[in-house]
Amino acid sequence: MTRVLVAMSGGVDSSVAAALVKANGDEAVGVWMRLSEVADSYSEFKRSCCSLDAAEDARRVASQLDIPFFVLNLEREFDQGVLQPFLDAYLGGRTPSPCVDCNSVVKFGALLGRARFLYDCEAVATGHYARVAAPAEAGPAGYGLLRGRDPQKDQSYFLYGLGQEQLAHTRFPLGEMTKPQVRDVARALGLATAEKRDSQEICFVPRGDYREVLRERRGWKAEPGPVIDVDGRQIGEHYGAASYTVGQRQGTGVAVGEPRYVWKIDADANTIRLGRRSDLATRDFQVEDVRFVACDPPPESEDGLRAEVQIRHRGRVAEASVRPLGSGRWAVRTDEPVWAAAPGQAAVFYHGDFVLGGGRIARSEDPVAG
Amino acid sequence: MPIYLDHAATTPLRREALEAMLPWLTDGFGNPSSVHSFGRRARAGLDEAHERVARSLGATPREIVFTSGGTEANNLAIKGAAWAGKGRGHRIITSSVEHHSVGHTVRYLEKFWFEIVELPVDRYGRVDPDEVDAAITPKTILVSIMMANNEVGTIQPIQAISERVRRHKGVLFHADAVQAAPYLELDVAALGVDMLSIAAHKFEGPKGVGALYVRHGTNVLAQQQGGAQERYRRAGTENVAGAVGLAVALELSAAERPVTAPRLRALRETLAVHLRTLEGVQETGHPTERLPGLLSVVAAGLDGNAVTMALDLAGLASSTGSACLSGSNEISHVLAAMGFPEDEAAGALRLSIGRINTAEEIAEAARLIAATIGSHREAAERLEAQRASALSGPAEAVAAAEATGE
Repeated sequence: MTRVLVAMSGGVDSSVAAALVKANGDEAVGVWMRLSEVADSYSEFKRSCCSLDAAEDARRVASQLDIPFFVLNLEREFDQGVLQPFLDAYLGGRTPSPCVDCNSVVKFGALLGRARFLYDCEAVATGHYARVAAPAEAGPAGYGLLRGRDPQKDQSYFLYGLGQEQLAHTRFPLGEMTKPQVRDVARALGLATAEKRDSQEICFVPRGDYREVLRERRGWKAEPGPVIDVDGRQIGEHYGAASYTVGQRQGTGVAVGEPRYVWKIDADANTIRLGRRSDLATRDFQVEDVRFVACDPPPESEDGLRAEVQIRHRGRVAEASVRPLGSGRWAVRTDEPVWAAAPGQAAVFYHGDFVLGGGRIARSEDPVAG
Repeated sequence: MPIYLDHAATTPLRREALEAMLPWLTDGFGNPSSVHSFGRRARAGLDEAHERVARSLGATPREIVFTSGGTEANNLAIKGAAWAGKGRGHRIITSSVEHHSVGHTVRYLEKFWFEIVELPVDRYGRVDPDEVDAAITPKTILVSIMMANNEVGTIQPIQAISERVRRHKGVLFHADAVQAAPYLELDVAALGVDMLSIAAHKFEGPKGVGALYVRHGTNVLAQQQGGAQERYRRAGTENVAGAVGLAVALELSAAERPVTAPRLRALRETLAVHLRTLEGVQETGHPTERLPGLLSVVAAGLDGNAVTMALDLAGLASSTGSACLSGSNEISHVLAAMGFPEDEAAGALRLSIGRINTAEEIAEAARLIAATIGSHREAAERLEAQRASALSGPAEAVAAAEATGE
């Protein structure tokens, strides 16, 4: 029997993933990852914690499935690999992609390493909506990463950072399923999480306000700075550049006829520049830290390749030519304009359902202010 | 069937206790406070439990207060004595290696202006009786020191401590004997304690029941209000079946002690001999003044939580020291107090042998522990090497190295 570690969040997806691993005849071992400090130390005054409730839900499902269950502490790995880069991004005027980091550094990094080398597991399974293709005898060498079958739920965008060795030890039991089917399985099995609502927020940001984390962890303070309009004129003040993301419309405190969006953020100068909707459309941008899924990635010296590029989760894909610039930096030229390519966000290259690879959108060179 | 080496967490309910309890869970369901025949019968059962526990401890029946367990017994002793003694003083002396049901209770009292003194321990986890003596001031009202430690098994010099406390008039002495109960003789007069806590499930009795011995004439303020049960010291309808189960299990554990203790000591020694051969493994706790069946070690550089988890998957139930499921990576306050640095304390492993364990199980356990510690050591070294080589790289590189082992 193959032993598979299942990362259980306490939600319905990973609950069903665990059930399917077991149903497949494998030995499932459930774990809930403790990723940030929760209220379990001695204190009369700490309130009960929502994240521990999630652990309790996961534990309950594991016992319903009659599989072992443990809580694994990965606080340090999460802090270094996900939370700090997340804060760095905002303080640097970029849009973070914490789920990408969490997958490559925590779930299929530290967790997979422990699973394999400490707990004798063959693989880590998660409740992601994505698919892994085994190396085909005729097809391209190595493992393939594919979009989940349910286009509404596909999470392959967050998984582009997985390499061959990681994919070889990865299971996505929900890859062929749709969300309604997953709910049906959970209901049929009577799992405690069957009716639990999907989480929408970033899991580690309490009450959805990342500025609270910035204040707490980095001593960030909201300092007013100039808001520059398209024509270079200062037309108002904002409440700290780290409070904004590219493409954001609300919250700039400025009303000027035609709608304005955050176009560029200069964190060092604490300046944000607004643009009209059309200003945020672009056909050219660069992507850095590019990685490819295949074991033989396209050489950087070549002319490049055609791909469909996706610049946000569940975003539309754009046909594009992708050309290497060296040192993991690639230039993307889309056939049609894309809107609000936010520096820091992941740009993922696809061929149909296959994930080729991806990277982070680089900051463009032109200055933000005037 | 997995091997159970976590008797310090809890023990299986012994058949004799179960059988003694059953009548009180069936026909003998009455409320001991009721005036009718059903009530009288239950009351008689409860009285008898008081008598039997008193006999086991060298006390009188009215000096026994049944509680919901060791934690409640410790809370009642400490808070009860603190609030009752508030007119005389506010200073409470305890040690830095107590169970949380003592340690967190005194920290609670600290919020209400009680002064708490946590005495240090030596590297074996022992309190120096002379330091207890020196810490007592005219404002001291209570000393609470555990009889044996639940994480490392060290036995405290309770008699020497009680002797020092006795030199100071009006200072109460409470001993938490929850972990000591099945293995050490509990004669309250010989120990010289004013209060003593025990919990049934540590000596093959039922969970959810404990007892506090309170010396006659000791002023302890009840911590829950309601009826007149337990002579006003513990309101609430009594758990008759539990009290009976506790009484029976306590008697049996005391009667069997001359046989059980040496047998557990021998099994523990067998296991210790095996573990001593492992590199980087060090025994914790006192070498001789210790509980017979409890073996605690630290495996330097390893994660004790990971080791216990792997052992569980391999069919051996063990612990890092105290029962904790929340995945906290706080290190043991006991090992910290004993002077273990964080990286050593993180590798804590506790194996507590009980009456049900066989020599075959101990041999198998030794084999499983050696194999697990060996493979975890190997993985830790490989990880360390990768960390070193990927040190300058991004977190992804380190993580990828961790996941792939390359």
